[in-house]
Amino acid sequence: MEHQSRWFSLFIHLMALLVALVILAPLAWLFVMSISSNADLSAKPLQWWPNEVDLSRYKALLSQTDNSAGQAFVASLFNSIKVAGMATIAAILVAVPAGWALSRTPQLGWVLGGIIATYMLPPVALSIPLYFILAKFGLLNNVFGLGLVYLSILAPFVTWLLKSGFDPIPRDLERAAAIDGARLDQMLRIVILPLAMPVIGTATIFAYLLAWDEFFYALLFTSNQEAKTLTVAIADLAGGRVSDYGLIATAGVIAALPPVLIGILMQRSLISGLTNGGVKG
Amino acid sequence: MFSERISPRALLLMLPLVLVMIAVVGWPLIDTVRLSLTDARLAGTSGAFIGTDNFTKMLSGRNFQSAFWTTMQFTVWSVSIELVLGVLVALLLNQRFFGRTALRALLILPWALPTVVNATLWRLIYNPEYGALNAMLTQIGLLDAYRSWLGQPGSAMTALIVADVWKNFPLVALIALAALQAVPKDIRAAAISDGANAWKRFRFVIMPYLIGPLMVALVLRTIEAFKVFDLIWIMTRGGPANSTRSLSILVYQEGFAFQRVGSGASLALIITLIITVLAVAYLMIMRRFAGEAR
Repeated sequence: MEHQSRWFSLFIHLMALLVALVILAPLAWLFVMSISSNADLSAKPLQWWPNEVDLSRYKALLSQTDNSAGQAFVASLFNSIKVAGMATIAAILVAVPAGWALSRTPQLGWVLGGIIATYMLPPVALSIPLYFILAKFGLLNNVFGLGLVYLSILAPFVTWLLKSGFDPIPRDLERAAAIDGARLDQMLRIVILPLAMPVIGTATIFAYLLAWDEFFYALLFTSNQEAKTLTVAIADLAGGRVSDYGLIATAGVIAALPPVLIGILMQRSLISGLTNGGVKG
Repeated sequence: MFSERISPRALLLMLPLVLVMIAVVGWPLIDTVRLSLTDARLAGTSGAFIGTDNFTKMLSGRNFQSAFWTTMQFTVWSVSIELVLGVLVALLLNQRFFGRTALRALLILPWALPTVVNATLWRLIYNPEYGALNAMLTQIGLLDAYRSWLGQPGSAMTALIVADVWKNFPLVALIALAALQAVPKDIRAAAISDGANAWKRFRFVIMPYLIGPLMVALVLRTIEAFKVFDLIWIMTRGGPANSTRSLSILVYQEGFAFQRVGSGASLALIITLIITVLAVAYLMIMRRFAGEAR
């Protein structure tokens, strides 16, 4: 290994500490805001650590009293879970066969190019007609309608991810199964799916996180508790009449919790997905 | 090679995806083209054909030009800072030090944080009366009086770029780190024993492994940054005085706030065209590096 002088080693450790601070400080502050009383948050000089831990916002946001801020927030939480869930399941269902076909048919390379280009399309390019289509079918402000719209992002993304994930799975197994006279559905069920399960699992998580994050379409196509998602609910809090900054921070913590936990727990497969998926064709 | 014919089975497997894509992407995209040639409004009239009027008006208008330069400014600054910072942090993580695994684990956090939560968090940090940035800077003596960071055209864009960089440089760092770890140890050792200095080792030993993944990260980040909507909408809504109004925000205003669907559609197509050029660049880079890998 390279020779490391003591000064160099000290420098490296200091830099590492600095990077850790830069990453952690804003996140820690979001959490501290969520458990600080209003008096502490508006004190000058600012109170960096609360005098008393105040969990009242968590209670308020998760309470189910009629017409409370909590009721609207919990409704948006469930809407997000539903929309992201429906869109993810539908995307996986269409993307698994398509990703497999693309992986096994090099002649379809141009189709893959088209799918990647579709994923990169700006949402504004589709937003106006999608609005008219949803209006025509009575699907504005509807979780099902929003889930359908999310397919425009998730389906190409998942197909792309699955195609590169399927590529390393050896073809000999399919050939052997075909020689043994397996039908297409048998081959998929018995031979391919068990091998492809880890790849499909990672793709499912990526798709769910992508849908959980989505804001633009949700802002355009939802208007109240019926379908409003968590991201729109947070934007309402942040941009609206609420002057309780701790409450806004609490909503942020709750919305961030599922993806951050998934990020920490699934780190290994997510990082390899992120670094391979974007680099391989 | 295999025969040129594509098996019917492959086409059958593609069918569900193709049908879905026609319904939620193909049809709307074609309809955007149709709308861009009309003077349609969001409510009521379906609009009359007016040719390319929307495009000429849009391209020569002040709003488009200022939004274009605002978007470029945001994109170029965010992406270049993210790339430089990402590579530096990756080089750091490639060294041996105490807590290295933990630091690498931390990098996933900003990536996992939803964009909307990130924007909200920074909006709170920049708050003119109670924000942490004002408090911190005054407490260490760098600032005399609290400032409205998002309320002044001079600092609003910088504040947005900082928020974007914080969320996205870790992803670039992770990609660059994966590339660095692909550099064979014996080549590095050989370069050292041949007396190559740190810069030469970086330029001639490490760079060849880094450049491909970095180009991919560059194009992907550029496309994402060029589409920016969420971050700006939540932090400034395009203000103050339209100084942070990006192209996507402008489409939203034209099409939905002012209900001028026709001109909104024409603007959306102009953005799409720019993104398409970037996407083609991406595909060409991928093809080139896939070719080299063989």
